[in-house]
Amino acid sequence: MNIVIAISNVVIKELYRRKDFYVLFVLTALITLLLGSVSFFHDDKIIRYLKEICLLLIWVSGLLITIGTTARQLPAERENRTIFPLLAKPVTRAQVILGKFAGCWLASGLVLLVFYTFFGIVTGSREHQWPFLNYVQVLLLQWCMLGIVTAFVLLGSVVFAAPSSNATISFVLIIGILLLGRHLNHIALQQREPLQSLVYTLYFLIPHLEWYDVRQFIAFDQPLIPWIYCGLATLYAAAYACLLLFATWLVFRRKALNL
Amino acid sequence: MLYSQSGQDSVLRVLFGDGRRIFANHFFTKADVYYHSGFYPSIFDQAGAPRENHLAAEGDHEHEEHEEEASFLSRPRDFLEAFGRHFIITQHTHLANGQEREILPWLKLSAELDPQMVDSYTVGAYWLANKLGKVKEAEEFLREGLRANPTSHQILFSLGQLVYKNDHDTGSARNLWELALRRWREQELQKKDPDNISLDKITVNLAHLEENEGNIDRAIYYLEQARKVSPFPQKLEKQIQDLKGKLPPRSQ
Repeated sequence: MNIVIAISNVVIKELYRRKDFYVLFVLTALITLLLGSVSFFHDDKIIRYLKEICLLLIWVSGLLITIGTTARQLPAERENRTIFPLLAKPVTRAQVILGKFAGCWLASGLVLLVFYTFFGIVTGSREHQWPFLNYVQVLLLQWCMLGIVTAFVLLGSVVFAAPSSNATISFVLIIGILLLGRHLNHIALQQREPLQSLVYTLYFLIPHLEWYDVRQFIAFDQPLIPWIYCGLATLYAAAYACLLLFATWLVFRRKALNL
Repeated sequence: MLYSQSGQDSVLRVLFGDGRRIFANHFFTKADVYYHSGFYPSIFDQAGAPRENHLAAEGDHEHEEHEEEASFLSRPRDFLEAFGRHFIITQHTHLANGQEREILPWLKLSAELDPQMVDSYTVGAYWLANKLGKVKEAEEFLREGLRANPTSHQILFSLGQLVYKNDHDTGSARNLWELALRRWREQELQKKDPDNISLDKITVNLAHLEENEGNIDRAIYYLEQARKVSPFPQKLEKQIQDLKGKLPPRSQ
């Protein structure tokens, strides 16, 4: 466990040493503050459009940082040839994968914490209320989703040749699931066989990342989602992440490490 | 000939061309989404039955009809969909008590992107004046729309309603509604499907204005125009008969 924690520490340190996080945070903050300064029909109490846009930026930034950070972990170790001394420590390949996963996932959690703190300050200054539990719920659900994304991209990093192709394919697939995942069963029923069965099978196989996108609950001041369902969604995310990490280990343990 | 409010199109408008109209439509729909606090069918739900924008048709719908149309969520087809329903908004609500302000940015944006989209102005002005008490802002918004669409009978009618209800300026309201009626006749008569709902509204309002001013003849004339296109001709016929009863015997 100490080895896993040590590897994950390195990943977290890498996060705040690189520019990605700062650029995206400053961009998000600038756009949010600019939009917040606009007055519509001399009404200062309009806030929902700002919440929605800020949350969208947080989601995009979270995905970009997670995918970008995770996609380069294993390939960078191979390119710099630091994978050899790491495995000679001795550190097993499974521990490397777990360490990288933990580091990337914790890093994404820290990123979300900073973004949501900013979000809370901006919306609180306008609305004069802080639905703290609602924000916590949205943050936790998004973090769970990023756990699946991290595991998925880690699998991609041992399957695809380059970090760029891994990041691009992962990003496209994840966006596709977020937009279409909820509706695939409807789409399937409109097709003829065997396409119907194929699409329906896909619907059951894909991780339903769209469940974790509950921004609308914040944007439209909806009540909390019952915690039991959040708990079940968390278990679902954990199961998928474990499955993807297992698949990553299966591929990685047989992979040649020299370029 | 139509012209933009500044007399020349911005670079973005020239570059985007018709693309900005797609965004304008999207943002107009977004206002309807906000009106329903996120409870809104996706494009897949709408594919079966195209949905009318209820923001624009507020007041025209019977409650049950609206509830029926709004119940796009059928029974979940599988356990995944059933579970996923806990993470989307499934309650049909409307914004109220001043919260209608939340739809305004999207209507404003829609108007900016497509100044020829008349509904953005009329719907925005309706909510500003009637629900938010911002009559001055509503009038400014309508006048902005009128500058971009000088021949729009819808905007002229809305402006007339505004000055009649809020300023009680009968003269200006009459002028605006008569101009709206002229514009309607210029534009709609040659169409295969003229906008009879607008004609009905214009003529009925003119009739009530003239009735209140004591001009019974004019009131009857306008009601007779409205009766030709109204979905409730019998009601209007009764009103016409009632008004004819008020006329002095030699005028009947």
